[in-house]
Amino acid sequence: MKSMHLELRNITKRFGNFTANNKISLTVEPGQIHCLLGENGAGKSTLMNVLFGLLEPDEGEILIDGEPVKFANSGEAVRRGIGMVHQHFMLVPVFSVAENVVLGFEPTKSFGRLDLEKASNDIRRVSKEFGLEVDPDAIIEELSVGIQQRVEILKALNHDAQLLILDEPTAVLTPQEIDSLLEIMRSLTAAGKSILFITHKLKEVQAIADVITIIRLGEVVGTALPSDPETVLASKMVGREVNLTVAKNEVVQGDTVLEIRNLVVHDDRGIPVVNDVSLDIHGGEILALAGVQGNGQTELVEAIAGIRRVESGTITLGSKDITNNSPRQILDAGLGHIPEDRQSNGLVLSMSVADNMVLNTPRRAPFAKRGTRNLKAVDENAQTLVKNFDVRTTSTKAPLSSLSGGNQQKVIVARELSRPITALVASQPTRGLDVGSIEYVHKQIVNERNSGRGVLIVSSELDEVFALGDRIAVIHNGKITGIVPPSTSRSDIGLLMAGVTEGSNE
Amino acid sequence: MSNRTKASLWARYTSKSPVFVTVFSVVLGLVVGALVIIVTSPVILHSWSQIFASWGGIFHALKVTLDNVGAAYRSIFTGSIVDPPQFWHSLTTGKDWTAALTPISETLTYTAPLLIASIGVGIAFQAGMFNIGANGQAVMGGIVGTAAGSMLHLPTAVHVPLTLLAGILGGVIAGIIPGLLKAFTGAHEVIITLMLNYVIAFFLIYTLLSTALQQPGQQNDVSRYLDPTAQLSPLFGAHSGLRVNWGIIIAGLVVAFAWWFLERSTLGFDFRVTGANPKTAQASGINAKVVIVLVFLISGGLAGLAGVVQVSSTTHFLDGGFLVGSAGIGFTAITVSLLGRNNPIGIIWGSLLFAALNVGGRVMQASTSIPLDLATIIQSVIVLFVATPVLVKEIFRLRVEHAEAVQLSVKGWS
Repeated sequence: MKSMHLELRNITKRFGNFTANNKISLTVEPGQIHCLLGENGAGKSTLMNVLFGLLEPDEGEILIDGEPVKFANSGEAVRRGIGMVHQHFMLVPVFSVAENVVLGFEPTKSFGRLDLEKASNDIRRVSKEFGLEVDPDAIIEELSVGIQQRVEILKALNHDAQLLILDEPTAVLTPQEIDSLLEIMRSLTAAGKSILFITHKLKEVQAIADVITIIRLGEVVGTALPSDPETVLASKMVGREVNLTVAKNEVVQGDTVLEIRNLVVHDDRGIPVVNDVSLDIHGGEILALAGVQGNGQTELVEAIAGIRRVESGTITLGSKDITNNSPRQILDAGLGHIPEDRQSNGLVLSMSVADNMVLNTPRRAPFAKRGTRNLKAVDENAQTLVKNFDVRTTSTKAPLSSLSGGNQQKVIVARELSRPITALVASQPTRGLDVGSIEYVHKQIVNERNSGRGVLIVSSELDEVFALGDRIAVIHNGKITGIVPPSTSRSDIGLLMAGVTEGSNE
Repeated sequence: MSNRTKASLWARYTSKSPVFVTVFSVVLGLVVGALVIIVTSPVILHSWSQIFASWGGIFHALKVTLDNVGAAYRSIFTGSIVDPPQFWHSLTTGKDWTAALTPISETLTYTAPLLIASIGVGIAFQAGMFNIGANGQAVMGGIVGTAAGSMLHLPTAVHVPLTLLAGILGGVIAGIIPGLLKAFTGAHEVIITLMLNYVIAFFLIYTLLSTALQQPGQQNDVSRYLDPTAQLSPLFGAHSGLRVNWGIIIAGLVVAFAWWFLERSTLGFDFRVTGANPKTAQASGINAKVVIVLVFLISGGLAGLAGVVQVSSTTHFLDGGFLVGSAGIGFTAITVSLLGRNNPIGIIWGSLLFAALNVGGRVMQASTSIPLDLATIIQSVIVLFVATPVLVKEIFRLRVEHAEAVQLSVKGWS
């Protein structure tokens, strides 16, 4: 049985004056699942890019089976038996599974003809060996995300990978899909493969890891055992005590502040992706909308914010019908919106923190008077918000691009919560944030709810849905498959996310 | 990531400050210009062919090279800014001030319309839109301005402002067409503005041959003269002999307006947000259609003003060759705006440099055997380098950006 013993010794990688990795050492034994746990920006991905030959380390060495190796590019890493499954799949959607798996290393018959039969047979053999059921002739775009991920893993195995790097593999999966991924990982290690598993989700780490290495600010801060409690892992990762549960008092449900009735919204291709959705968000409650990414949540939120046209149905904010109003009218009517993709939809990275704080209210007093901006007032506003919302920045005049993702998100949160709103729609409000920032953003959202605002949270992270939701709505394929209390079990919600509606109390 | 803030001051300055790349680009432009002089000058080439003919031949060749290149660059400088001996002479004797000040006066005369047009293009760039039709808009400004300046007869105090307004109106008309088309049909502004340049070039000929605008008694495409009451007068009086005129004052006001507009006005804020991130602009309630139309209205209006300033200050009439082709200020304005990073202050330096190279290049052509094309070559090389900052940073070993580039390619992995 082939296997790999991998050792990283004192890997240091600098970008200019910034040290992304500082003397990182770790060892992956054959058949081991080694978890790399760290916040965003801790240096996990840099380290993996070094290992995969995409970056050259400034110092330190990589040893495979005790022998130092140097990779000039990822091709060499692949040849030495390292496979990587990227967070964003690298698959050709219109090709079949077999075609994707052999892409770049195609088996050929005489005259360079593609030998797809051999490819299919190889895939069947490998999938049987590791319990990765995939139909080699299926077209990628017709497969679910979970299956597509299997194809990525197959691709790596087909190149005879002995070590698999899985970069945040569970971000796009339903709970059931996550379970089956973990199952696959176990069967891979049973066959002697080793796995480097990158994540910031503590539950998965506890479920699967053999060894945990925790990275903070580019350095290894320690190792942990899977049996360590979550709070221990989290505080090691963040470097301080972390409160993982958000303190919430009882719901004081008020009147409906955001009413969505029979909403139909199309995506860019003109296909209905929100199909007859009705939701009521009351003042003083958080309605969490759970669902796997790409089931219409994005379009639903865009329609509420006025960025996407409503085909039919109505949206009412307070007592005002805001269906197909302009974004400005909707903002003025009192909707706070934390967009899903903060960098492309909510911020201007090249502009200052202060400008971003008034991005959707530049004309309001005191920020401007008769067409002239009052930069002093804009800056004072930013100073106050930076202090109140604990935004870490060198100055209010610093460009937003100089802030970390968590602090960029705080800028949006500060901006949206500092103006008078009646309802808040927050889409993936903590995506890509570190544990510390998540804690903070959650607290702010709960504060909004406590002060009587209605909050709609859209999240694909079940932890977040359970932590925040007073009621949980589940969306699948553009339809609400159920609205359930937070006491519902994870697996039941998982079934609703997969579109199984039997037994749900809709 | 806190990595950015940790970079040293110098590293930050060289990587973040675009001024460095621009200054280095100008240096490189002059170096390439010198090489071009060397390989095209028969005198220099001959001297190098003789380096083995005698002892010291190589020193002679070096001397000839330095003399000729030096003479060329010296004449560009003295022809466009100031001739130090001449200036010293005027300073000590108090005489011949006209001769001493003519170079800078010429440069400022040439600068005025270029600066105005470049500001127009720069404002559009800041809003993320490529107004490649500034030339046509300037021509349109020239046409409507000339019509108002030659067909109306009014006192100076009314006629000059009216002529200028007419020029702005011409530019607005030419600018709003692509603005409306882009806003309401999604047509691409580059195609439309580019093509409109040709339409307007022929419209110019058409108007110059019409009875309304053609100079009486002329068969050619030449317009009536602007009334003296519609002309921008020289700053130091008609008898000073210096052509520098109110155009440069107007250009200064335009710069001040542009600075206020971009840095302080709410509308300018909308423009910049739209330019930096259109999706965020939409989500924050900025009406993209309104912004698009206003961008082209303002950008076109400024180009039109540039056109009318050109007519009213220097030519005083229009002919079929007015701002034709790549010689037109509307096209130069695009490069000047890029050179100045679309920022009003940067654009001042950019248009001064381009004006000086053009004015000085003419003097060089007259006093040495080197043709004016050298100035064009230098300008083009500068633009080439400004457009490829990575290359400039490589040449001058500004390695910080390299690291950042690597970092960029890694973005999105964590």
